[in-house]
Amino acid sequence: MADNSLSAPAPKLSPGLRASLPVLVLLVAGFLAPLVTVAAYAFATPKSFDVFRSFTLQNFAAIFDTNNTVWTSFVWALALAFACVAILLVVCYPIAFGLNKVFGKWSGLVSVLFVFPLFVSENVRLYGWVLFFIKNGVLDGALKWLGFPGGPDLLYTPGITLFGMVYVYLPFMLFPMTLGIAMIPRDLVDAASDLGAGRFMIWREVELPLAMPGILIGALLTFVLAAGAVAEAKILGGQSVITITQDIEVAFTYAQNWPMGSALALILVLIVSGLALSAMARLDLDKILGKR
Amino acid sequence: MSSVAASAQSDSPAASRTPRPVLQLVDVRKVFDGFAAVDGISLDIEEGEFVTIVGPSGSGKTTLLRMLAGLESPSEGYITLRGELINDVPSNRRPTCLVFQSLALFPHMTVGDNIEFPLRVRKMAPEERRKRALELMAKVRLPEDYYSKNVMLCSGGEKQRVALARAFAYDPDVLFFDEPLSALDYKLKKLLEKELKDLHRESGKTFVYITHSLEEAMVMSDRIGVMRAGKVVQIGTPEQIYSTPADRFVAEFFGEVNIVPIRRADGGWLRRDGKPVAVAPDLDIVGDEASVVIRPEYMRFVTEEAGADNTLTGTIFNEYSLGSRLQYQVRSRTGRTFLIEVPRAAAWKGDGEVTIGWDAGNAIVVGG
Repeated sequence: MADNSLSAPAPKLSPGLRASLPVLVLLVAGFLAPLVTVAAYAFATPKSFDVFRSFTLQNFAAIFDTNNTVWTSFVWALALAFACVAILLVVCYPIAFGLNKVFGKWSGLVSVLFVFPLFVSENVRLYGWVLFFIKNGVLDGALKWLGFPGGPDLLYTPGITLFGMVYVYLPFMLFPMTLGIAMIPRDLVDAASDLGAGRFMIWREVELPLAMPGILIGALLTFVLAAGAVAEAKILGGQSVITITQDIEVAFTYAQNWPMGSALALILVLIVSGLALSAMARLDLDKILGKR
Repeated sequence: MSSVAASAQSDSPAASRTPRPVLQLVDVRKVFDGFAAVDGISLDIEEGEFVTIVGPSGSGKTTLLRMLAGLESPSEGYITLRGELINDVPSNRRPTCLVFQSLALFPHMTVGDNIEFPLRVRKMAPEERRKRALELMAKVRLPEDYYSKNVMLCSGGEKQRVALARAFAYDPDVLFFDEPLSALDYKLKKLLEKELKDLHRESGKTFVYITHSLEEAMVMSDRIGVMRAGKVVQIGTPEQIYSTPADRFVAEFFGEVNIVPIRRADGGWLRRDGKPVAVAPDLDIVGDEASVVIRPEYMRFVTEEAGADNTLTGTIFNEYSLGSRLQYQVRSRTGRTFLIEVPRAAAWKGDGEVTIGWDAGNAIVVGG
């Protein structure tokens, strides 16, 4: 103890930094390293595994080549993701509002029940929907049995792909939204009404801005998930539309072109994170919660 | 004050003598799940009056106020505003405004936006709104540069003023206050009480205020109503309520008092210990049980030179200094505790046994 002057001058680490070291190591090894590897692969020689040893822009040149139609996959993925978020906003707001009206402070807990389907594998649930919509399946068969000409041919269309995405990602919108709406103090709604505001003005000026953190988090979460969705388009959509995630998957597996897959993935990451960050910039929690 | 405000609106001198109530409650009841939070209240509130409803928590005063503001509708009875039935008129259609206990300021808006909210509802032009908001801010003594300040960064007292300015922006006929000062420290509370009273006088509007603090009620009100278990047990001027409480509950609610239970016997009254009690001759009590209420300042030490109508003996077991006055706790032989308050000059010099007493003229006798 006494001769601490002899010990080598230890690098000055603040207690906070030392305490967070395990998590930092985990994040660097498990999160940053794969990302860096993918980014490096994107600049490797096409159809090779020369990561960190070659540098070329050929992959990007191929993607941006005017003859390449991979951009349609980007468009489909983003369009479906936007549509999915838009539909979820419209579908979930009334549910979240109703949950808060009926269950009050327990609404957050009740909305967790909507997460239960997640315990069943997504693929299994989607195949369940296939059985429901398929020719002679639950819907078609039941209608025929009842003497109707049969169900509509919905399966393997972009529309059913969107349906699958809305179905799968609903809990991710509903839960934050319910919490967001639960944050609106009852007194504020009463006060707005007492000051003469009608239902619509109360919603626009008081309820919506105060629920906005929850709504934006829900939208962000579902958008990021939906932009990376692949199972819905494959299983329900029957590849009637190809999303970019599927192209990436094919590049990594069937085509064994990791550099191409990485380049596509990098572009997707840039687009999604760019959109997410611009949304985050609008999400000023401090201002909404009045901390500033 | 109420008659002044009323006569200003009426040319007929007769009308000023009988001011028309702006708010009238007839047998109003509100039942929640079989429990009557407000249990048959009839009350007239006159134009320009400052009425305070006091009562312990759970006495139904907040429910009463929420019904007046239109946030609840009565289960039974009638509420009329200037003669019009408003039982089921929603709060946004009533010319009344409630200042909430929580103040209910919109946290995502600036001070200016908060105050302008009712003006935006009326679709007033932005320039005009701003002008009006600044006028109101001056009225409630908020500095002009607070206009664009985030309302959540204001101090407790400033928030209070914002809430007040916002309520005035609505320009209601009647303002309701739900204990808005309860969260503030003593000094600020005193200051705001005074300012509120000034605002009431300047605006000439009708104020209905609820609080559990007798002190607040005494300072500001023209009339005080005391609520207990959903009913108004007494209503009157602060002076009336203080000097002639309707019952033991009101007497006890209005500060520390000594209570001596008595019963009727042979045309007179007896204490529990069997001694006769001298009471005021014009006593009007129904029933055989009553209580004598004596305020601590009317209790005094009894000596051979200075006797009293009623006396009892006991021992002093506590002494407090109240500044210019001293308060003693005396335990009587029957084990009851009595409070006696005397000027510092009349401090008790001896120790041990004392005889204390009161004169019949200084005591109030209430039934029950």
